[in-house]
Amino acid sequence: MTDATLSGPPRVDTIQSSYLAQVQRRRLYGGLTLAIFALLMVSGFMVADGRNAGGFWDGLHNIGDYPADVLSEAWEKRADLPALIVKYFPALIETVNIAAVSTLFGACAGLVLSLLSTRGLARWPRLIPLFRRLMDVMRAIPEIVIALVLIFVLGGGPVPAMIAIAIHTAGALGKMFSEVAENADLKPVEGLASTGATWAQRMWLGILPQVAPNYLSYALLRFEINIRASAILGFVGAGGLGYELRNAMAWGPGRFDEAAAIFVLLFGTIVLFDQLSSRFRNRLTEGHRA
Amino acid sequence: MTAIDLGPAKLGAERLIRRKTLLAFALPAVVLAYFTYIFFAFDIAGLAQRANLDNAVTLASDSWSYKTHVTRSNRDGEITYAVEGERKGAYPEGTRPDWVTGEEIVTVDLGKGHLVRLLPENRAEVTIPGFGVIEAQAEGRSVTTNLPAETPDWINAGPRRVAITTPEGRITLTGSKTEVFNYFPGWELFWFTFDSPYYGHGVMQILFGDRIDPARSNLAGAWADFWGNPMWRHGDVAWAIGETILMAFLGTMGAAMIALPLAFLAAKRFAPVMLLRAATRRLFDFVRGVDALIWTVVLARAFGPGPLTGALAILITDTGTFGKIFSEALENVDEKQIEGVASAGAKPLQRYRFGVIPQVVPVLLAQVLYFLESNTRSATIIGAITGGGIGLLLTQAIQTQKDWEEVAYYIILVVLMVMVMDWFSGWLRARLIGKKD
Repeated sequence: MTDATLSGPPRVDTIQSSYLAQVQRRRLYGGLTLAIFALLMVSGFMVADGRNAGGFWDGLHNIGDYPADVLSEAWEKRADLPALIVKYFPALIETVNIAAVSTLFGACAGLVLSLLSTRGLARWPRLIPLFRRLMDVMRAIPEIVIALVLIFVLGGGPVPAMIAIAIHTAGALGKMFSEVAENADLKPVEGLASTGATWAQRMWLGILPQVAPNYLSYALLRFEINIRASAILGFVGAGGLGYELRNAMAWGPGRFDEAAAIFVLLFGTIVLFDQLSSRFRNRLTEGHRA
Repeated sequence: MTAIDLGPAKLGAERLIRRKTLLAFALPAVVLAYFTYIFFAFDIAGLAQRANLDNAVTLASDSWSYKTHVTRSNRDGEITYAVEGERKGAYPEGTRPDWVTGEEIVTVDLGKGHLVRLLPENRAEVTIPGFGVIEAQAEGRSVTTNLPAETPDWINAGPRRVAITTPEGRITLTGSKTEVFNYFPGWELFWFTFDSPYYGHGVMQILFGDRIDPARSNLAGAWADFWGNPMWRHGDVAWAIGETILMAFLGTMGAAMIALPLAFLAAKRFAPVMLLRAATRRLFDFVRGVDALIWTVVLARAFGPGPLTGALAILITDTGTFGKIFSEALENVDEKQIEGVASAGAKPLQRYRFGVIPQVVPVLLAQVLYFLESNTRSATIIGAITGGGIGLLLTQAIQTQKDWEEVAYYIILVVLMVMVMDWFSGWLRARLIGKKD
């Protein structure tokens, strides 16, 4: 007993000193990480600045010039704006259509791929790594690569963009779907298997009802992303609003009202679908919880 | 009792089943109707006419093979040999491929009995097994041949130009020159071009063999010649990939650093002033809604093309996205830890540092790292628009429509780059948060 009290103080001491040493080491590591990060950011910025056509500090004053030019010209011709919006509305529809079709196709392919690559559900368990790598590659190829190659083969238009986005969507959704499917309850599947259901029936009736709300929510999120992607792909020649924007930009001053109309349409569409889908997704996840 | 209860329950169940049946038929019908509309809106039927299968064949064969041009100028009779017909790929003076023989009469052996004999006085003989010998003579601007009026479809003969396409190679005769293309699999001159002394030497020879170029050590010289390879431009490509990753890194990290303090202003817990909160949220919505495409276009006007423009476009767009995600994470913070720190006498700033930040850091880091990977892909696309990084090289190579082996090379590099970034961000996430996915 007395021994314990006697040997107490030095032990507290050692504990305290080792704790302080530990804290110091952690601070040192934290500080070092922060310093390296800061160094990377600053040097990265310098390199990027050096390799840019115009410098950052010179360009900073001009950042408002282009929007101001566009806005002032659009304001002067504000009477034409509604007519221009009507004129470019079909292009907008095309952009949204590209996104919708590619999301539909991509989600269907992603669904099949996800079930084939989830442990416990896969049709051919030995091929799981193969399907996973396939999804990795589909996800890794940027849409623009497939789109540009397909534009060369199929000619410009919405179809190359649609295929390109669908491939990427299949890979991205496949991964998310498979994460959801991993947590699905296997009892319905076993029950269906005992009645002699085929693999497709087991998935359709046993797994899909469980995961449908989550899948739908992810697919909607993807739809939002795909609208942006389809607008960007239009810029490299795949039709839709992006294509019109590039043309309007190429004309330069004098046609800025057209550029402004396209900006308005694009901005409005993105915000509208963001709001719609986030509202719907909230309902899906809350309904799922209840 | 049970009979009374069962009635409405059965009715309800029947109504539910009827609704489900309707839905099960209506949903596919709606999708089908939509696809029918798309079929006409996208003009799928007309696609077959617009599609250019020749382009597809060129693309597929060029991406894994190369051709060596043998060109005879009919003006002075001089014969040049060049890979892909490029000056950078030309055989040095006095050398030629080993499938070309003869001095006065130069014979080009295309393989499998296909022979092209370049005779004096601008004459040429093409031997094709199973068809015969085609004789051609270039005079002035016209070409005369012994071909019959009816030619098979792999021969395209006119008074000014004769083109013969065989599986072994292609022969084009015009008044001014005679060209023979011989196809080989692989990417020729990938390591060194002909003007490098290291061309044709193996790895072991370069690493352990005698000094090849007396002026330089083997390793340094080989590296310099490989890095500066004028055909494949490995150094420029590496720089371009670095630029693309730099755009993603600067954009993502910059956005995270700007979004974090702003997210406090947008979270209900930390910003009691309604107006400020609403204003910050609308700002996030605005920069997110404008989208990277428009930001790129606007910024390119101010800063010119280059990686900085791309980085700033990513930064601005993602500030909105991060702001939204971060403020949602901040609203779900556990109050107890803040109270605990406060009860120990922490000032407001310390309360944030020790009560809030440790709770949200895992969520934020996971998001930032996920976006780092996804932005590498965006940076490729933005680079194609604003002119920087591997995206620019890729679009340029595709638009010239001839260097498909370079396109294939860039595509492989882009896919590898994205996969490495994916792996790296996953590894970093596991290290920092200690969670495996």
